[in-house]
Amino acid sequence: MDLSMLKPGQSGVVSTVGNCPGRAKMVEMGLFKGKLVKVIFRAPFGDPIAVSIDGYVLALRKEEASAIALDNIIR
Amino acid sequence: MKIRNIALIGNPNTGKSSLFNLMTGLRQKVGNFPGVTVDKRSGVFKTSSGNAINVLDLPGTYSVFPRSNDERVVYDVVSNPRSANYPDLFVYIADAVNLERNLLLFTQLYDLNVPLILVLTMDDLAKKKALHLDTKKLSQLIGGVPIVFVNGRTGVGIDQLGNAIENFESQGPRKVFGNIAIPSLDALPDQQHEDAEERYKFIRELLIAVRIPQEKNITEDFKHRLDKVLVHPVLGYLIFTGILLLIFQVIFHIASFPMEWIDTGFLQLSQWTKNLMPEGVFADMIAEGVIPGIGGVLVFIPQIALLFFFLAILEETGYMSRVVFIMDKLVRPFGLNGKSVVPLMSSVACAIPGIMSTRNISSWKDRLITIMVAPLMSCSARIPVYTLLIALVIPEKLIWGTFNLQGIVLFALYTLGLVSALAVAFILKFFVRSAEPGYLIMEMPPYRFPKWGQVFIHLWEKVRIFIFDAGKVILAISIVLWALASYGPGDRIEKATAAVQIPVDPSDSESAEYEKAMNAVKIENSYIGILGHTIEPVIRPLGYDWKIGIALITSFAAREVFVGSMATIYSVGENFDEDTSMIDRLKMEKNALTGKPVYNLASGVSLMIFYVYAMQCMATFAVVKRETKSWKWPVIQIVYMAIMAYIAAFIVFNLLK
Repeated sequence: MDLSMLKPGQSGVVSTVGNCPGRAKMVEMGLFKGKLVKVIFRAPFGDPIAVSIDGYVLALRKEEASAIALDNIIR
Repeated sequence: MKIRNIALIGNPNTGKSSLFNLMTGLRQKVGNFPGVTVDKRSGVFKTSSGNAINVLDLPGTYSVFPRSNDERVVYDVVSNPRSANYPDLFVYIADAVNLERNLLLFTQLYDLNVPLILVLTMDDLAKKKALHLDTKKLSQLIGGVPIVFVNGRTGVGIDQLGNAIENFESQGPRKVFGNIAIPSLDALPDQQHEDAEERYKFIRELLIAVRIPQEKNITEDFKHRLDKVLVHPVLGYLIFTGILLLIFQVIFHIASFPMEWIDTGFLQLSQWTKNLMPEGVFADMIAEGVIPGIGGVLVFIPQIALLFFFLAILEETGYMSRVVFIMDKLVRPFGLNGKSVVPLMSSVACAIPGIMSTRNISSWKDRLITIMVAPLMSCSARIPVYTLLIALVIPEKLIWGTFNLQGIVLFALYTLGLVSALAVAFILKFFVRSAEPGYLIMEMPPYRFPKWGQVFIHLWEKVRIFIFDAGKVILAISIVLWALASYGPGDRIEKATAAVQIPVDPSDSESAEYEKAMNAVKIENSYIGILGHTIEPVIRPLGYDWKIGIALITSFAAREVFVGSMATIYSVGENFDEDTSMIDRLKMEKNALTGKPVYNLASGVSLMIFYVYAMQCMATFAVVKRETKSWKWPVIQIVYMAIMAYIAAFIVFNLLK
């Protein structure tokens, strides 16, 4: 299960951040192993998606989101 | 140690720029970082004890590893401790609410042995207690780096910051964070994300030690009810369109008044100077070259100021990031990203503020493509040209009983501009090389009420950049154009004007006619007139004659000059919507070779198409030079647009002929 598959309202815990162009940037912005992330909404065509971590909101494209593998999904 | 120069550093959206504005007020200037297209904002901070400290506002970044030109600037400053410009102290701004993420860059700087003060910003200092933060302990754990709380909204705490800066003692060599190696500044991306993960582990332990509440309920403090509407698949776009329409309405209605005042004011100033100064070349240059040139710079300011007023509000409230969010997917196939949308839409009012607002696009490639296509969007200066030409060659009739043909043509011209901008962006995507891979990872700040002080400082900065940086180029080009229109080889103008019949009966209307005839003869025999003749063979395939050639050359200053030049050349009044003499006169104009009317459907539409594509705006040229910090891109732009204009006008003319 990766972050791009979650529907708004669902959340999970980051297990790995896979290789992708924005990898280092995502980690620096707070998306890394052990973080609880929640998808809060998606843009009209399902892409990009907005996720909430620690009370702030990040927007990322589906492409980047699919590199983030999740555990402990809460639907 | 006496601190003279400090630099502000930190993540974006931490209140760093607000703090910079609060510290320096209007004692700011914008310069250049050497070799990059990034503005260097600096200012002077007067402390409560009267010391003046130079403050450099470094671009916001999440880590020392650079991914854009902005971030490279931070890297360059931080990594050159021996440079003469190295600040005495780095003031690290962190959002107290998001300490974990905000401390990442801090630990990197710490390990690089950078002299540091830590500023924790928060909107409401009363919340300080709610943080449960043992700042004394935190300060101990980070090697004695002083910690100051500041309210970025009201400025409460700035005096304490001033004291902390004045009393700063350089810290000895530090114990490096945990087992983390000193960040090697040229780490590969793989090492960069490992470095970040390692640091986060340490930061988490650090924050547990100083008792910060750890995991919060993630939906609790985020009000996203507004987002349900603003990023809604239907409502989201409707609201965005509505906001744009509203902004344009206000700009067109309000800006036209000050623009009119500037226009007439400078016209009068020019007359007045002419009467006041002794006659001669110098007086002419001042009255007809320099003063109208300055007027030509200032006339853009109402539009620039109003547009930036609205853009700053959109930015400050947090709505701009939602626009980026809903538009990203739509424009991505064209080589643009969500951040290109507002600059392109702004260009429908005027390309100048549009291009200046591309600053927010962090990817250089996306920003450059946006700048290159922005002038294809139909700006307000094209309206007078289009309306004149439409009135001239498009019959006023209804199509299917409902649509006005003239209106349809105007709409088609706007659509053509938009479609062409997207098409060119799509092509440029393959030609502009970029070291940065394309991705979008953006923070979406919570909705906030705009801080008016910030809005006005931002607006003033943009206006100042336009006047002082772009203004120079605009003024220089206007003086050249003036000289070319006022002088001719030898005594050619004198001879030609002597041949104009002086009215026997000097009644008002006759002397006005005489004046118009004199002006027409003067411009025909000036260097520009000669140039118009010279380029005639080149523009004949587009359906134009040398008179149109003159108008094309003079309207390089600005598109709307076309109408005034046509009026001068044909010695008629300029107000074609009130007075039909210009339209009537143009309709009568016959081609000297073929005897057919010069302005027919084919040549008229060909001219409209020419104005859709041709750059014809020295102010845009100057602004592109300013924003790309090179002559290369504005020159490429003007050439590609001219080629497109020529080819498209040629095809249209030959199809309709």
